[in-house]
Amino acid sequence: MADTSPALNEAGKAMIVARGVRKHFGAIHAVDGVDLDIRGGELFGLIGHNGAGKSTLFKMMLGLIPITAGEIRIDGAPVGAGGGSFRAVRRKVGYLPENVVLYDNLTGLETLDFFARLKGVSPADNMRVLERVGLVHAARRRVREYSKGMRQRLGFAQALLGRPRILFLDEPTNGLDPEAIRGFYAILRQLRSEGVTTVITSHILAEIQERVDRLAIMAAGKVQAVGTVAGLRERMDLPLWFDVRVAPADFEAVRAVLGHLPVGAVEAHDDHVAVQCARESKMAVIAALASLDGKVLDLSVREPSLEDVFFGFSD
Amino acid sequence: MEFSQITTIAGKEFWDRIRNRWVLAVALVFTVFALSIAYFGSAQQGAVGFRSIEVTIASLVSLVIYLIPLIALLLGFDAIVGERERGSLDLLLSMPITRFELLLGKYLGLAGALTFSTIAGFGLVGIVLSAQLDLNALFHYFGFMLSSVLLGCAFLSLAVMLSVFASDRTRASGLAIALWFFFVLIFDLLVLGVLVVTGGQWGGEALPYVMLLNPADVFRILNIFTLEDVRTLYGLATVFPATLAQPWLLGLVMAGWIAAPLAIAAWRFRR
Ligand SMILES: Nc1ncnc2c1ncn2[C@@H]1O[C@H](COP(=O)(O)OP(=O)(O)OP(=O)(O)O)[C@@H](O)[C@H]1O
Ligand SMILES: [Mg+2]
Repeated sequence: MADTSPALNEAGKAMIVARGVRKHFGAIHAVDGVDLDIRGGELFGLIGHNGAGKSTLFKMMLGLIPITAGEIRIDGAPVGAGGGSFRAVRRKVGYLPENVVLYDNLTGLETLDFFARLKGVSPADNMRVLERVGLVHAARRRVREYSKGMRQRLGFAQALLGRPRILFLDEPTNGLDPEAIRGFYAILRQLRSEGVTTVITSHILAEIQERVDRLAIMAAGKVQAVGTVAGLRERMDLPLWFDVRVAPADFEAVRAVLGHLPVGAVEAHDDHVAVQCARESKMAVIAALASLDGKVLDLSVREPSLEDVFFGFSD
Repeated sequence: MEFSQITTIAGKEFWDRIRNRWVLAVALVFTVFALSIAYFGSAQQGAVGFRSIEVTIASLVSLVIYLIPLIALLLGFDAIVGERERGSLDLLLSMPITRFELLLGKYLGLAGALTFSTIAGFGLVGIVLSAQLDLNALFHYFGFMLSSVLLGCAFLSLAVMLSVFASDRTRASGLAIALWFFFVLIFDLLVLGVLVVTGGQWGGEALPYVMLLNPADVFRILNIFTLEDVRTLYGLATVFPATLAQPWLLGLVMAGWIAAPLAIAAWRFRR
């Protein structure tokens, strides 16, 4: 069964392509020249601080707002071209908007029935979709009575209707508790094994960095870097930090031995000295500190986190 | 254009109004008003009881001409801007549905709800009255119901149009009230004013055509001119050319009043 899935055959091929995409709201350049290639079957993260342009980029990819300049292709079809490809593309796409708003007066099941009809898929599967996101118990309750997290799950369920091959999830874990977040990523992993292409946005790098295949860091409307987590870390070549625990009286001694080495900042803290150094001088610093003998009480190395990479770009 | 997308949207709109009892409430308002007009309307003349159908319809017309435009405008003003403001429009538009299908579906669903309450409300009264009515009177009453439906649909179309143009719900509701004032109160005053100021020299000839520019007036003419007895009451018969007073022609004008605002809305909503 699984090997007949059309999605699996698409693995690796360019599924979402953006070229020189811009969106200007008057003087605000919300998206300012984005090039992006997202491959079929990929779980792709889009990360950036508030106002970086992530949601705006999503809306252009979905054809919800016109593109000021540039071009976006979804599975080969240009977005916004209209015509016959419009419905075909929409049918294979699932979208979870940020702060999803559903209809308060409908029940969870009725909500899915409504969207299933619009997507042209049978509502027979709806209960299963609700089960997948853990909402079966609330299927017949009105959305009005749903908690924030339940609404978010229902929004996600709606995006899963009709087995989409491409998912756009804008801050999907917003409002979910930690357990729900884990469940959510388990679903994403399963979808990926089925060959679904997923793009998710987030502010929280720690949450997505171990879970996505690749990510793009966005700031000020531009994609600042794209790659795997390891690749980005390497490419950035950010300095390491040593935390050297010494008695306050020995702070100056540490400064002295490090004086000849190519180290960056040396910060004195209550009970330790933090030393920044480039990756290639790592061993030299360790050797120098070792020469201090009994004075160094403890030593730990801090690798740069992707968070540093992220903020390095965002600042 | 995919018909199923339109019916999905229309169905949701319609059932929403059924479920929140909007249809029931409006139908009840129509029933109560119509019954009291039919029964108590002649109380000031000293007699309580059902009056002649012509006079009843004439009184109903002068009530409905205020009520239905207001109800239709209130029903439709947030059709699009409401979804936009609440934040549910993006998700809707991400579905395999065109903007035109969405707009038309919204309109048809709301029009269905309004039509249903109008026919249910007045129809019930029609049934109550039917014992006293001959075939001809029933025919007139039916004409009144039909023209009421058209009146509602025309103002609903205007409401949906401004719900596309307005940037937020508050503004849309303000515009809806302004539109109501204009068509129901100000328009006739303006026309009269021009007639009086110019001593009837100016616009006297054009008057019938000017009145076609107001769906409320079209509704009034439709009902007056199909009722022989009250025609002359209004003194309108003299100025209104009989050729223009054809019900089918006036019906076409109403259809235009339904189609034109919707077309403008669709054009605007494309982006
Ligand atoms: N409709 C609009 N009109 C004017 N400016 C807009 C509009 N939508 C977005 N912007 C601006 O575009 C920029 C990018 O907004 P966007 O919502 O894409 O950011 P984001 O990366 O999704 O941020 P967040 O993480 O807060 O969701 C912001 O400066 C925002 O103010
Ligand atoms: Mg956003």
